Amino acid sequence: MRSLLNALHYAEWILPVLLLLPLVGAAVIWIAARPAPHEDEREYGESHLGRNIALGVLVLEFVLSTGLWWAFDPANPGWQFTIDFPWLEEWGSRFTVAVDGISLMMVLLTTFLMPIALLGGWTSVRHKLRTYYALFLALETGILGTFLATDLLLFYVMWEIMLVPIYFIIGIWGGDKRIYASIKFFLYTLVGSLMMLVAIVVLWRYTGGTTFAYDKIMAVAPRTGPAALWLFGAFFLAFAIKVPIFPFHTWLPDAHVEAPTAGSVILAGVLLKLGTYGFLRFAVPLFPDVVMIPWVRDGVLTLSVIGIIYGALVALVQTDLKKLVAYSSVSHLGFVMLGLFAFDERSVLGAQMVGISHGVSSGALFLLVGMIYERAHTRQIAAYGGIARTVPMFSAALALVAMSSIGLPGTNGFIGEFLVLIGTYNVFPYLAGAATIGVVLGAAYLLWALQRIIFNPMSNPENRNLSDLNRREVGVMAVIAVVIVWLGVFPGGVLDRMRPATQRLVDRVHGRATVPAASALPVSVPTLPAGGR
Amino acid sequence: MRPFDLSIPSHLMHAYLPDLILMAGAMLLLLWAVWRPESERHSRSIAYLAMGVCAASLAAVIFCWRVGFTSYNGPLAVDGFRWGCDVIILLGTMMTLAIAVDFNGRMRLVTAEVHVLTLLAASGMMLLAGARDLMVLFLGIELMSVAVYVLAGIDRRSGRGAEASLKYFLLGAFSSAFLLYGIALVYGATGSTNLVTIGEQFATPAVSEQPMMLVGLALLLVGFAFKVAAAPFHMWTPDVYDGAPAPYSGFMACAVKTASFAALLRVCLEAVGPGSERWHLALWWLAAATMVVGNLFALQQRNVKRMLSYSSIAHAGFLLVAVTAQTTDGAAAILFYLVAYTLATLGAFAVVVALNDGTDGPTDIGDYAGLWTVRPGLAMAMAVFMLALLGFPLVGGMGFFAKWYVLQAALKAPAPQTNLSIILVLATVVSAGFYLYVVMVLFMRPRPEGAVAPPPGSPILRFVIAASVTIILLLGVYPSPAVRIAQRSAASSFVPAPPRVATLPVASPP
Repeated sequence: MRSLLNALHYAEWILPVLLLLPLVGAAVIWIAARPAPHEDEREYGESHLGRNIALGVLVLEFVLSTGLWWAFDPANPGWQFTIDFPWLEEWGSRFTVAVDGISLMMVLLTTFLMPIALLGGWTSVRHKLRTYYALFLALETGILGTFLATDLLLFYVMWEIMLVPIYFIIGIWGGDKRIYASIKFFLYTLVGSLMMLVAIVVLWRYTGGTTFAYDKIMAVAPRTGPAALWLFGAFFLAFAIKVPIFPFHTWLPDAHVEAPTAGSVILAGVLLKLGTYGFLRFAVPLFPDVVMIPWVRDGVLTLSVIGIIYGALVALVQTDLKKLVAYSSVSHLGFVMLGLFAFDERSVLGAQMVGISHGVSSGALFLLVGMIYERAHTRQIAAYGGIARTVPMFSAALALVAMSSIGLPGTNGFIGEFLVLIGTYNVFPYLAGAATIGVVLGAAYLLWALQRIIFNPMSNPENRNLSDLNRREVGVMAVIAVVIVWLGVFPGGVLDRMRPATQRLVDRVHGRATVPAASALPVSVPTLPAGGR
Repeated sequence: MRPFDLSIPSHLMHAYLPDLILMAGAMLLLLWAVWRPESERHSRSIAYLAMGVCAASLAAVIFCWRVGFTSYNGPLAVDGFRWGCDVIILLGTMMTLAIAVDFNGRMRLVTAEVHVLTLLAASGMMLLAGARDLMVLFLGIELMSVAVYVLAGIDRRSGRGAEASLKYFLLGAFSSAFLLYGIALVYGATGSTNLVTIGEQFATPAVSEQPMMLVGLALLLVGFAFKVAAAPFHMWTPDVYDGAPAPYSGFMACAVKTASFAALLRVCLEAVGPGSERWHLALWWLAAATMVVGNLFALQQRNVKRMLSYSSIAHAGFLLVAVTAQTTDGAAAILFYLVAYTLATLGAFAVVVALNDGTDGPTDIGDYAGLWTVRPGLAMAMAVFMLALLGFPLVGGMGFFAKWYVLQAALKAPAPQTNLSIILVLATVVSAGFYLYVVMVLFMRPRPEGAVAPPPGSPILRFVIAASVTIILLLGVYPSPAVRIAQRSAASSFVPAPPRVATLPVASPP
């Protein structure tokens, strides 16, 4: 596989192609799928050409991106596939994109979830179709650009630009409170990101106004003192809102609940990971001494644990299934932040793993909520009950995904949470103990919801006529089930690829020189050879 | 770079050629305009001729710009900054003329002289952009203002227009008096009206601590603050912009502001210099107050023209941040910012005109609801203008780089304006509240039942909108050419004020 990719000069074109392809697709959709003259675009029944083109582009994008899995050199902690063009020479900003162990899995998660989300919400959008699909494709460019940028100004531009498609997707195709939700989402994100812009300008001044390159900024960024603290604070705010860490989370339930199915999947699956990615890539490595200041570290850890427990408790009392899933995100993302700020190598790896598996399971949960909503037109848990008898496939899928979200061993959720907990236990045993309560509560709210939806007596007669998942939906859920089990049983391939970059990050935080050879983990995780490596 | 010498005729020509072309063209057009009986066709042809005069003047500006002289200290500056401002002013004037052709057709406004008045105002602005002498500066301000007072009330049938015009005239005359009094006091303290000489005098403590000088400078600043609509001297702006015909509201918001900022910046860099804490403190508070007031008041507007007028106040605040930096880098930032601001604001006013149904009422935002479903092009153009004014990257085009340029100029100044930058950023967040509101109404609100689709605008109006969007987006992806021009022209401009000898301790800016 690797030699084939080399023969294609894969490394030299893959990243620009990944970024450009969706934009080209969006333009094609916008032109090709325009409604006939005088035909009202609002009516259902306009051409589905846009949807097919979008799916084709997204699948092609995924197929192309899988090459990264094999072409990526797991032993190298640095940048790979670097592409560099001059952009704003007056200010020293360049169009530089690259992949390392931290962004690789995020890129693959994005390209995997985008077609899944599109297929899952295949019929949920009914009007202004071409705009929707064009925006959906543009969203992929924005997200990938954010994960790939190694130039701070480029990163900022991509970070902001990805807001626009999701703003319109929520605001035009969302639920009843869509306008409120979309504006709230936009403003929250904007507050943080503009503060980050100021911090980026200040960091740029430290280089003498010559460059925004990540590595060079990292070399000159102030390590200690009030300047470093303020700069970290600006980055922290931007990413904490995006994650979201506990007191900054109030935009999340609104946005996730009001968004159309595909939008919710991408919001939960990928956009939240942008926040944790921001911590891993910028806030922590740029200011390693600040994050080790006890009150900073303890503060973030405390907020993470509060988030874990608070999110789970609020999810427990939700009557709306989609809101329940939304609050479960707050809880899971708390795990990510806990693992990250424990700064143990295992916990940071685990944090990234929680991020990936949350993307898959939470995305799948939103898909299932969307599927049942399209049939019963309600998201109230009380309106269901005993539907396992009428929709067995749906119930099986829901049960499996719920298990993976709970973190049942053998599913993807387990690996990450387990790594986070043992990593944290070494450093902060009490916090690990408190976080375990979150795991228990997580099991409680999901199992309880499961019981009330698919088991229990069938109280609502309308549910007798529900139709089960069709072939498209079964196919989507089958792909997700495969990934859930694959990540749960053979996480080695993923962990191997993340480990060197993660180790370098942890070493930087602890002020150690990086050991060149990647040492094996003390925990025994199965490391089967992945693919044709 | 060639040394400039006013006594050489060809050099003299370079200093005055663009202004002379514009003024002579305006005079000839005035004769031609009153020669023929009033008719729509005549009025339109005058507008096209006026655009031609602007184009000729623009060509002369670019010709003079390319010759490239070193700065000298005569009464009329001959440097890149002046030419840059001239280009922006002429661009704004041409856009205004084009929008006015469509607007006057809609409103059945058949006065041909209106286009000549626009040209006269533009010549006043160009004079202002090059003024290095307080007398020339005053001349420019009056020439500009008198023409604009008339433009605000050009629709004689409109009560709101008359109110706007009268308000603008009374308050404008008041501020001109302040300015003139300030000029007189500064002359009394320094014995000169030339900015460079004033700068040399001001460097000595004997002059810089003299009450007469300080009062004079304060009055000057008040006059400028009125012209650029900086808080707390902004009260007239919403009423005037709302009541005046839309094309001229845009003209006031863009070209008038450009010229006034050019003059203010020259005073700041050449006469006062970065050493004066008092002046700096006054600018600091002016900038902070303007940003806060402009953005907060814009939030509650439901009339698009009023919203745009508060937005223009807010942008005056953002520009004042770059002025407060008091560096040539700040001047470059202002040039770049004004291009983005002019395109976006005049573009937005062009959309307002395109949605005007020929009545003279307030432009209610409710009329814009669901515009996307009936006129997608217009709605998307308006969204780009709003996002550009917000300063959003890529989809807001060069608006982002404009704000970024101001931000970096403020943070890179010898005395970094960190607090002001943070206020700027927070004000930008607030501004998202009203710019996004417009976008939301355009795209997410349903079109009211029974609302008719606005007819497509005339070709020239559509051209103005399309061209603005294109330039904004192109420079938003690759702003380097514009940045390079702005940097180069600002760096070789201005005679920097000499450093001050000694100062009394004054509270440093917060």
